Amino acid sequence: MENSQQAYNIEITRKRGLVDRIFQWETLLGLLLLLVIVVNTAISPYFLSIRNLINTPSVFLDKSFLVFPMILTMVLGGIDVSVGSTVALSAVIMAVSYNAGLPMEFAILLCLLIGTVCGMINGGVLVKFHELSPVIVTVSTMIIFRGIAYIILGDQASSGFPKWFSFFGWGSVGGAPFLLWMFILASFFFGILLHKTTFGRKVYGIGSNRIACRYSAIEIDKITFIVFALNGLMAGVTAVFLTSRMGSTRPNVALGYELEVITMVALGGVSTTGGVGKISGPILSVFIIGYLSYGMGLANIQAPVVLVVIGSLLVLSVLASKTKLWKW
Amino acid sequence: MSVRLSRWVSLGLALLLIAAFVQGMFAGGKKETAAPARHAFVFKNTGNPYGEKQMEGFRKGIEEQGFQAILRAPDQPTAEAQIQIIEQLIAQRVASITITANDFNALEPVCKKARSEGIAILSADSALNPASRITHINQADSEKIGRTLIQSAYDMAKGSGEIAILSATSQASNQNLWIEWMKKELNENAQKYANLKLVRIAYGDDLRDKSVAETEGLLRTFPNLKVIIAPTTVGIAAAGRVVTDRKLIGKIYVTGLGLPSEMAEYIENGACPYMFLWNPIDVGYLSAYAATAAVNGKITGKEGETFDAGRLGKYKIVKAGDGGTEVLLGPPFRFDKSNINEWKKVY
Repeated sequence: MENSQQAYNIEITRKRGLVDRIFQWETLLGLLLLLVIVVNTAISPYFLSIRNLINTPSVFLDKSFLVFPMILTMVLGGIDVSVGSTVALSAVIMAVSYNAGLPMEFAILLCLLIGTVCGMINGGVLVKFHELSPVIVTVSTMIIFRGIAYIILGDQASSGFPKWFSFFGWGSVGGAPFLLWMFILASFFFGILLHKTTFGRKVYGIGSNRIACRYSAIEIDKITFIVFALNGLMAGVTAVFLTSRMGSTRPNVALGYELEVITMVALGGVSTTGGVGKISGPILSVFIIGYLSYGMGLANIQAPVVLVVIGSLLVLSVLASKTKLWKW
Repeated sequence: MSVRLSRWVSLGLALLLIAAFVQGMFAGGKKETAAPARHAFVFKNTGNPYGEKQMEGFRKGIEEQGFQAILRAPDQPTAEAQIQIIEQLIAQRVASITITANDFNALEPVCKKARSEGIAILSADSALNPASRITHINQADSEKIGRTLIQSAYDMAKGSGEIAILSATSQASNQNLWIEWMKKELNENAQKYANLKLVRIAYGDDLRDKSVAETEGLLRTFPNLKVIIAPTTVGIAAAGRVVTDRKLIGKIYVTGLGLPSEMAEYIENGACPYMFLWNPIDVGYLSAYAATAAVNGKITGKEGETFDAGRLGKYKIVKAGDGGTEVLLGPPFRFDKSNINEWKKVY
């Protein structure tokens, strides 16, 4: 199994024929997105309008900022399941510090800082204790971060933010939601980081062959630390957008976000064993899952059915990426 | 997994997916051909029998007026999930949305967006804040519910002992209001309740497993507990279950607000001597008529306005404790051994 997987990877990087281009995962995802849009249009007469297609993303984009650092993490061969709890903790600290008298601008900065610190804790522990796996470390911090959020706010909600704060989640610039612009900006930033910098090459290298990288004097620890810190930072960003959309926050916000994000990244063709994946795949799958659940909601299909469809889509994609369906 | 097997599995899943799409297409296609105005009801979460009864009543009330009802509920009892559903309803240009809110304040931005698009927003059972809603459909006088539940606990504890409250989520507006009135009843009659001690308010989030875990936590932390008040149908059923399973019938009493069909077993075995509820079907039914009245412009949410609610008769909008207005369904009804048998078949 291990050998065939490696042979397969090498084959992909070597051959770049037309057939391979057509059958690469991202093309299939593009077709799937098209299919989702076509089916949604057939199901509901309200789906297909330019205004709707452009405005809908603000319904699902708030959590999508977590997708970018998760791509880096999974290409690295790791995983971070603490991001949902990090969102909750930074949102709660932002709300509480604002209500304690801190100006909102500084509360937002504090929120980003707390998120980054949470990510640095994950990264720091992983770098310090190599024998621990990322799953165990981040499962622990997932419990700890949400626990701290509950200690701070108890069972209560915190709200009362200034009016301008709702712009982040609800405002629009040039006819499109502010969230969509920020998502595009983040796509470019992380796309360049992963595909056009030596940092990105090193991430792929570590994910494909950690031992070879160690012998090549690549700073595995430093890169791991930075990637997990980025997870925390983007969790802080998500906390700002989510809190702005809700106008209030509680310790139990963003529950289960980590799984939704990992679903999007895996569907996007990023291997859970590391080294494989592109930025474009998960971006497409953000829109596939987003439009899919939005469209099914428009047709008033009940929530459990939507979950079943997304679940089968994920299993399907993982199987398809392993078996090369087109060479049946 | 062998390559061949996984090929077949993926083919099967692909077919399943296509089947789901096609099924959705037909189901959706049929619905969209209808022309009448559509009124939506959004409950807290799926899998709550009380909520299903409310939605059933809402559907009845809407359909007998010749309109179409859309019934929605998220899979998790969170405000985030309700925001997504409301966004979808706005895009469908429904005439009105009636919401059983998971959070008093967090739905305000999305409700404002809906109202700016001309959609009437009401809340039922669990309130939205006054800025978000036209009016609120309340089951019964909150003050009466709160005070009655404390008086029942006093009665069951025979005047002295420790009592605890098992609520829904900490942000559920209706439960929080009742708990406030419970505390007021205790404080205002401090002499009468001198020996009755409220030791803890636990939150079961209206999820069955969490409510059971919270009840067991209460029993462990407070071994001398006499009465558990659960002002939520999921919580009271969980508490009844735990008290029965732990063979604590007669030592610990459960009371609160429960569905007769779910609670019949515990009322008959003595775990719950008596409890209260209104008819959730009527809450939904009344909401349906309030929603259409709001869309027709018959009511604007001002105190003193009246509207017709089908078989329930005429209703009047009154001032609510939170600064907005509300419509009260009627007094809570008491269920005990003498009448549970006939009611458990109704709802």
